[in-house]
Parts: sequence; C-alpha cells; structure tokens
Amino acid sequence: MTSEILVKAVDVCKSFGTFKALQDVSLEVRKGEVSCIIGPSGSGKSTFLRCINLLERIDSGAIWANGELIGYRRDGNKLYEMSDAEIARQRRGIGMVFQRFNLFPHKTALENVVEGPVQVLGESPKAARDHALELLKRVGLADKAGSYPAELSGGQQQRVAIARAMGMRPSLILFDEPTSALDPELVAEVLDVMNDLAASGMTMIVVTHEMGFARNVSNTVAFMDGGRLIEHGPSARVLTQPDNPRTADFLKAVQR
Amino acid sequence: MTDTTLPQSSRDAHDIAHLELVPRRHVGRMIFAAIVLLMVALLVRAFVVGQIEWPVVGQFLFAPVIIQGIWNTLLMTVAAMSLGIALGVLIAIMRISGNPVLEYIALVYVWIFRGAPALLQLLLWFNLALIFPTMGIPGLFEFNTVEVMTPFVAAMLGLGIQQGAYTSEVVRSGLLSVDAGQYEAARTIGMTGMQTLRRIVLPQAMRVMVPPVGNEVISMVKLTSLASVIQYSEILHNAQVIYYANTRVLELLMVASFWYLAIVTVLSLIQSRIERYYARGTRGRTTI
Ligand SMILES: Nc1ncnc2c1ncn2[C@@H]1O[C@H](COP(=O)(O)OP(=O)(O)O)[C@@H](O)[C@H]1O
Ligand SMILES: [Mg+2]
Repeated sequence: MTSEILVKAVDVCKSFGTFKALQDVSLEVRKGEVSCIIGPSGSGKSTFLRCINLLERIDSGAIWANGELIGYRRDGNKLYEMSDAEIARQRRGIGMVFQRFNLFPHKTALENVVEGPVQVLGESPKAARDHALELLKRVGLADKAGSYPAELSGGQQQRVAIARAMGMRPSLILFDEPTSALDPELVAEVLDVMNDLAASGMTMIVVTHEMGFARNVSNTVAFMDGGRLIEHGPSARVLTQPDNPRTADFLKAVQR
Repeated sequence: MTDTTLPQSSRDAHDIAHLELVPRRHVGRMIFAAIVLLMVALLVRAFVVGQIEWPVVGQFLFAPVIIQGIWNTLLMTVAAMSLGIALGVLIAIMRISGNPVLEYIALVYVWIFRGAPALLQLLLWFNLALIFPTMGIPGLFEFNTVEVMTPFVAAMLGLGIQQGAYTSEVVRSGLLSVDAGQYEAARTIGMTGMQTLRRIVLPQAMRVMVPPVGNEVISMVKLTSLASVIQYSEILHNAQVIYYANTRVLELLMVASFWYLAIVTVLSLIQSRIERYYARGTRGRTTI
C-alpha cells in the first residue's frame, strides 16, 4: 500500500514517575490501513494508544495524525503545548473505543451517538439523529436506539461505543482491547462490526489479543514488549515468521 | 408433632412437603408497638387538654401576616440555596481544578464559613456597616452599607455563603463519584473541559448529589428562621410579632410549626421526583 501516511510516531517516550512505559516508540500507519498492536500485558500498548489522542502527554518525541503535529505547535526550535480548546479540536478527528466501553450511562444509545456531533461539531440535532440512526443500524442496533447502556449487553454496549466514535466522522479510530471485557460468546458480534468497518476503508489501530482478527483483518502487526516497539510489519509475516525471538515466544504463548 | 428429622419414606416426606406453612408470629414486636402507641396517645392527649387554645391556632393559621411570612420564608430558602449551590459548584470545581492557588482559596473558604455558626455570620453581615460604612469602587460608584445591607440581603449572604461551604463538599463527592472513563470518553469525542463537566459529569454526579442537597434545602427552610433575629419577616418573626401583641405564645408557635412541617413535606415529595429523574439509565436499587 502506498497511500498517504495518516499516523506517524517518532521516538515517543513516556514515563510514569521513574517507570519508563514507552521508550523510543516509532510507528507509521497509512490511510485505510488496519494495524494491530500485540504484546504482553503492561508492555505499554494502551499508553501508546492514549498518547496518540492526547489522553497522555508524551515526554519526548513527536506524533503526527491527520497531517498535523499532535498536541504541540512549532515555533522556531521549540514545540509549545496547545490549549485545551485546540487539543479538543484535534481529538475530534480521532475516535477511540475503550475496553470498558465508557458509554454515557445517563444517555440512551442514540443520545450517546448524537452527543458529540451536536455539542462538538455543531451539527443540527435532526441531521445528527439521522446519521446516528444510520450508524446504529450499521452496527445492528437500530432497535436499541432508545435503550440506556445499563439495559444492553456488553457486546451491544461496545457496538454503540463504536457507533459513537463513528458519529464524529473520524479519519482514524483507536481500539484498546475492545473485546477483552466481553463474555466469549459476545466477542464475535463486535469483531464483525470491526471487520465491516475495516472493509469500508476506515483507518484503525487496534490493541488486541484476538489473533484471528490480527491475522485475517489487519494489514500490519506491531509487537510491543517492555515499553518498546520490537517489531512491525505485514501481519502475515510477523505472525508466521517473526524476526524477533521475543515475538516468536509471545505468539507461541498466546496460540498455545 | 415437632419431629424435624428426615422422614424414612418418600411418601412421608411428600406429605410433610404439602402441609400448610404458618408464618412466625412477632409477639415481641406487637407488644413493643402497643407500648409506643400508648405513649403517643398520652402525648397527644396532653397537648389537647393542655393550656393551648386550639381555636386560636386555627384563627391565626391563615392570618395575612403569617401567609406573608410563608412567602418570605420560601423566598429566602430559594435565594440562599441558589447562592449556596452556585458557590458550592464553583468551590468544588476550584478544588479539583489543579490550580494550587484556587485549590487553596477554596479550602480556606470551606474552613472559615463552615467553621463559624450561621447565626453569627448573619449578625456579621447585618452589622457590616460598622466595619465598612460605605462600599463600592472608588471613583466609579459608592453606596452606604446600611442601605444595601437590608435584612433580606444580610440573611441571603449569611445563609447562602455558609451553605456554599457545605454544598461544595457534596458537589465534590459527586464529581469524584463519576468514573474516570467518563472524562476520557468525553475528551475522545472532542469535548473541552467545561463541556465535559456540564454535559457528562455533572448530570451523572447529580444522582449522588440530589439526596444530600435535598436534605440541605430542607435544613435551609428551618435555618431561615434565624433571620428573624435580624428583623427579616419570615414565618417565625411574624408569629412573634403577633404574640408580642396578644401573648398567645404557644398557639402562634404551633401555627409556625404547622407551616414549617407543611413546607418540608411538600419539598420531600419534590425531592423524590427529582431523584427519580436523575436515576434514569441506572437499574434502580432502592433497598438493600
Ligand atoms: N497512569 C499511570 N500511572 C502509573 N503507571 C502507569 C499508568 N498507566 C500505565 N502505567 C504503567 O505503564 C505500564 C504500561 O501500561 P499499559 O500501557 O496500560 O500496558 P498494556 O496496555 O500494554 O497492558 C504498566 O506497567 C502500567 O502499570
Ligand atoms: Mg492495556
């Protein structure tokens, strides 16, 4: 694939106190690409994802998304941190789906999807509602538009969360272990929605333990360990003939 | 027959399984209830035959001065509580703002205004003219403190500002009760800090905040009676004005009690309505 680069991270470092959660992480994701990040628990996968949409502040390095440097403005030889409002504007173009869904419990499925478009993008309630209903239909929940999150199963909540992310018409969606909090029988319905989304050309970065999804849907796979990005390449190659022995060990462990 | 051992034959077991079930009788509970009822009856009788002339109570229950007092009590409750809630939200946000100066100011505010008795604060505001005979911004405007610091203004400031100190703690615990994932989800759809607070966090915090704030509104209804001391014409003050003239002290205190109880009862009903509204989306659990 030779389409334009949508996300580019260069030498990203992030510490929590003295603990180095990310060390010199570099990654490129092209438009329309699905990129999986795999690796053992605590290796920094979530932290990296959260740096991309500024939920965490990086200590050094740089991240570009949608053609813009994220979180900072260059002036001469320095990078100045952006204001709350500017950061909020940059986040609009980057959707995120959480392991624990994080739907707004006081709003119905429809209201969850409509909230951002109306309040943040300034869409008319009518237009936002029509778009939201279309998205809920796409994730198979047209009949649940009026339900509150507490009335939905985990799989349904996660699908609403995906619709909520799509409501903002993002050019990129980040998924942080979207199926890890689900009962096994509910995983497939969420992965199906993600497959459709991938097929529609959405750029996705997916932290996951679902090796089937990594193998069949994603274009590239990145392996992280100990805060470093160890290996990154076409999914077929990384998953079958990894260069790095640590990747091989990890794959052996998860595939049993 | 008091045999509770496992029967030998399944036929016997079957027979036992179909005997009538008799609920336990709560004998102790009944005796206790009877004693309490008797005591209540004696108490009621004492009031009925005591030195209160109930017709006088009835005569003043709807007296125009009393009705005027009710309105003033309600007005003060709304005014002081609105000020208290506004200040409470402001102080709570300052406490979690991450700005050390604001956090410190908020802490000092709570320390001072929660520390001094409400009655004392009312008297301080009412007598502010003794410290600052005039107030204003030099060159722009200026006024005499005595003229501005009417009983209404002094009571509203005194009650509202101390209420703000209490309410800020309620608001703060409400804000802390909202999951961190909610703040993050709001950010990922591009909301600013203020939007997140207004649209996502405060509405959820309300569920936690409404019961204690409701309690505080009810306390405030009664606390407004303190304003009688600085000549604000609320229920108690007006009842006193009448009994200074006709010496029917107990009768008029009964009239005032009746109205306080009536107001509190109505407010409690409204509170449960509001609680139900903010509990939407949660699977309601109201008993343990
Ligand atoms: N807010 C935080 N404060 C302190 N340590 C953190 C914080 N977030 C993550 N960490 C630590 O950083 C490491 C990487 O975490 P994370 O990115 O969540 O790993 P992963 O998603 O790969 O399981 C972990 O050791 C975790 O304990
Ligand atoms: Mg994680």
